[in-house]
Amino acid sequence: MRKPASIFATSTGAVLLLGSAFLTPVVAAEATLAETGKAVAEDRTKGNCFACHDYPGAVLPGNVGPKLMNMKARFPDKAKLRAQIYDATKNNPNTIMPPFGKHRILTDKELDAVVEWVLTL
Amino acid sequence: MKKLLTAISVALFVGVTATPAIAGPAEDANAFREYFKKRFPDIPFDDYINGVYAVNAGAREQWMAIEEFPPYQIAIDEGKKLFGTPFKNGQTYGSCFSNNGVGVADEYPMFDSKRGEVVTLELAINECRVKNGEEPLPWSKGKIASILAYMAFTTRGKKIDIKVPDDKALAAYEDGKRFYYARRGQLNMSCAHCHVDNAGNNLRANTLSPALGHASHWPVYRSSWGDMGTLHRRFQGCNEQVRAKAFKPQGKEYRDLEYFLTYMSNGLTWNGPGARE
Ligand code: HEC
Ligand code: HEC
Repeated sequence: MRKPASIFATSTGAVLLLGSAFLTPVVAAEATLAETGKAVAEDRTKGNCFACHDYPGAVLPGNVGPKLMNMKARFPDKAKLRAQIYDATKNNPNTIMPPFGKHRILTDKELDAVVEWVLTL
Repeated sequence: MKKLLTAISVALFVGVTATPAIAGPAEDANAFREYFKKRFPDIPFDDYINGVYAVNAGAREQWMAIEEFPPYQIAIDEGKKLFGTPFKNGQTYGSCFSNNGVGVADEYPMFDSKRGEVVTLELAINECRVKNGEEPLPWSKGKIASILAYMAFTTRGKKIDIKVPDDKALAAYEDGKRFYYARRGQLNMSCAHCHVDNAGNNLRANTLSPALGHASHWPVYRSSWGDMGTLHRRFQGCNEQVRAKAFKPQGKEYRDLEYFLTYMSNGLTWNGPGARE
């Protein structure tokens, strides 16, 4: 039986270090912004989006949020998508989705990368 | 809620002097039950004491197999022994409780009007020790969990019936309620986001249990702890999950939270100790 100690790994220094060690090579190998975004999104201490969202290729996704698909069509306006991820409470005051930008869960750069990744879904 | 509001406005409209519709604990608990009844029409009320296993059939089977050789049995046995062992002054735990401490865990959490605060069973146990010249036990696991397990076991089958006797009690209840619905931590979530709004949904591979029944079965043997823990230990874990700072076990915040949460389960059956993944 898998034993998830926590759903959202607490971002201890050690975990963060591991996280960036894992991200750096991707960036170095001229990853596209979208690829970087995917890595950020799937890092449990960062986006951890699949805790709540299913999307093509998601591993053991949750179903708290809607499936992320056809995102380009759903969000023709990139700023709107960015705003949703930056602070989802703007659109829905009672949302469970964390305010990734407002609460500095992601940096501006990471957020931009995640936006690019979401648009590939 | 909407229905309630409509009922009120109708009452006002036709000029009926209804009892003032001040939402109090009884109304809250009723709305809580109704909400879950609507959300899970197939789950019998009494089944909510089984937590996540009420809403996740797959996990339930594994759990029923586990319950055949309950991992909390050792704690019950140890708790019984501890409970029966006299303190150095010759007194026993039983001397601090009604009915010698057997089958009385349902008296807690209680609002002690004289003291003006919520008294949990843990608090009562440690105060009993201190009164009898012993050191208090650490709050959230170990010996205290064993004593709780024994006391909960002897209380199995009784109904949860938490009372809010006066205005001070109401204030403690309201504080607990506010805590329950307040967003917290970097991830900005309230207890209700996970255990009310999203009960039965999956966060990654974890099914979220409904808040109704959350207080019925403590202490719990949790596989991911590898031992027994108290309700406040669980509160701490859930706070930390959203990257909030956990509060102290048995501090006012968690005692009020426990008071509110247990009140919400009024009418269900005490079934501690429990086993959870
Ligand atoms: C704890 C749950 C949770 C997490 C984690 C989460 N979301 Fe969400 N998300 C939701 C919910 C619920 C909605 C539905 C809308 C609402 O509640 O406002 C949503 C809506 C969205 C939408 C709008 C979908 C649409 O079609 O309108 C996007 C885009 C989105 N999330 C992206 C993300 C990304 C990217 C991440 C990770 C960086 C993420 N979410 C993490 C719960 C979550
Ligand atoms: C991010 C989601 C999340 C939040 C927020 C959250 N919990 Fe939990 N909680 C869980 C998960 C996952 C579990 C383990 C599976 C289950 O039983 O729901 C759990 C378990 C529990 C349990 C044990 C249930 C049982 O049957 O033994 C209690 C009690 C509980 N939570 C109370 C709370 C309280 C009180 C709060 C707020 C202080 C809270 N939770 C906030 C996700 C959450």
